[in-house]
Amino acid sequence: MYGEKAVELIRQLHRSPDGSLPPFNEDGIRQVLEEMRVLFEQNQADVNKTVDGAPGLFPGVQLRHAALERNKRCLLAYMCNRMERLRTMRWEFGSVLPPDIKYNLSEQEIQWFSRYNKSLATYMRSIGGPSGGGLDLTQDLKPPKSLYIEVRCLMDHGEFETEDGTILLLKKDSQHFLQRSQCEHLIRQGVLEHIL
Amino acid sequence: MDDLDIEEASDEEVEQMTAAEALAMVEKAWLNEKFSPELLPHKQDLVDVMLDQLNDMEKNISRAKKGDLKVSIHKMEIDRIRYVLASFLRIRLEKIEKFVHHLLEEEAQLGEDVPSRMSPEELQHAKNFAANMETLFNDVVLRHMPRNLKKLEGSKVAVGPYQDSYVFLQVQEQVDQVMVDTAGDQGDEAIDLEKGSQHIMRYRVVAPLITNDAVTLI
Repeated sequence: MYGEKAVELIRQLHRSPDGSLPPFNEDGIRQVLEEMRVLFEQNQADVNKTVDGAPGLFPGVQLRHAALERNKRCLLAYMCNRMERLRTMRWEFGSVLPPDIKYNLSEQEIQWFSRYNKSLATYMRSIGGPSGGGLDLTQDLKPPKSLYIEVRCLMDHGEFETEDGTILLLKKDSQHFLQRSQCEHLIRQGVLEHIL
Repeated sequence: MDDLDIEEASDEEVEQMTAAEALAMVEKAWLNEKFSPELLPHKQDLVDVMLDQLNDMEKNISRAKKGDLKVSIHKMEIDRIRYVLASFLRIRLEKIEKFVHHLLEEEAQLGEDVPSRMSPEELQHAKNFAANMETLFNDVVLRHMPRNLKKLEGSKVAVGPYQDSYVFLQVQEQVDQVMVDTAGDQGDEAIDLEKGSQHIMRYRVVAPLITNDAVTLI
């Protein structure tokens, strides 16, 4: 049936849990595009015949055109939803994607990601005017509850210098009492763990 | 400790009230933006003022003695303000990216002297975002489609804010004769909004009142 392959793409994306990205289905997209090409050629042939006077072909043309539009819509939805998931990841992981996610992206999506990064960085730098120095919007994601939090190291990270100049050794399984604003990025990188 | 005291007294005595007012305004703008379905007019001046204030506070603190209790309290305050600002701008950015086609279209139809909803930087980001998205779609699928379907019709696929969603609001200034079209067949109904009262209403009805600060969303 027309449009089935396109819906399969959407289903595939829908089935994968939130926050993950299935491999880019280039083959699926190629098949849908191929189906569209065939539909379009059949339509053109029928339109030409109708112009030449052959009766009764018009409903078929309309049906195929509807299938074409549906396929287009499905492909765009597939791309758009992948893009939105990718965007969420920019806010979660920062400007560098983990390799296992990068592996599932298409070449163009990687390009999109780096352009998005650039635009976002430009915007964040511009906040507060030329003298303001910008504001990193990807920090302070949760409302601050207290100034200091207790963290545990999940891996050896080496030395870490705090704002007032004290140097700490972040060793695996050691616990520290640090300023939240200084170790927030380390928590998101998975170096530290917030102990509640 | 004395350092900090004198600093604040002399530097901010004149601006003390305005700093507190600015913070209250930022918080109000933040809540309005957070609960409104559509993008509200930008508050760039306010954000700039607040960021300046933050930088000043940080400078003051760096001059204070280490281990002072006051320092921790001030730092906590800074963290809170920074969170409100970042969250405010983040929410705006999310809306801008979500409604990007809708907003750019609206932008194109604006007259000369009508202020834009977005700040120049936000507008630039929106344009980049839309162009970037189109490049992606074009390269992967649109380019390979039959020739009558190659174009991305922005207006056809654009998502706009849902203006009929319900919002909670608190009335700041008395407003009389607000027209509310009831769902039944009684037609329109005019109601008076008493100062200090709280309501749940459709966003469309109260949208103009938010821009002129007569009501705030809660």
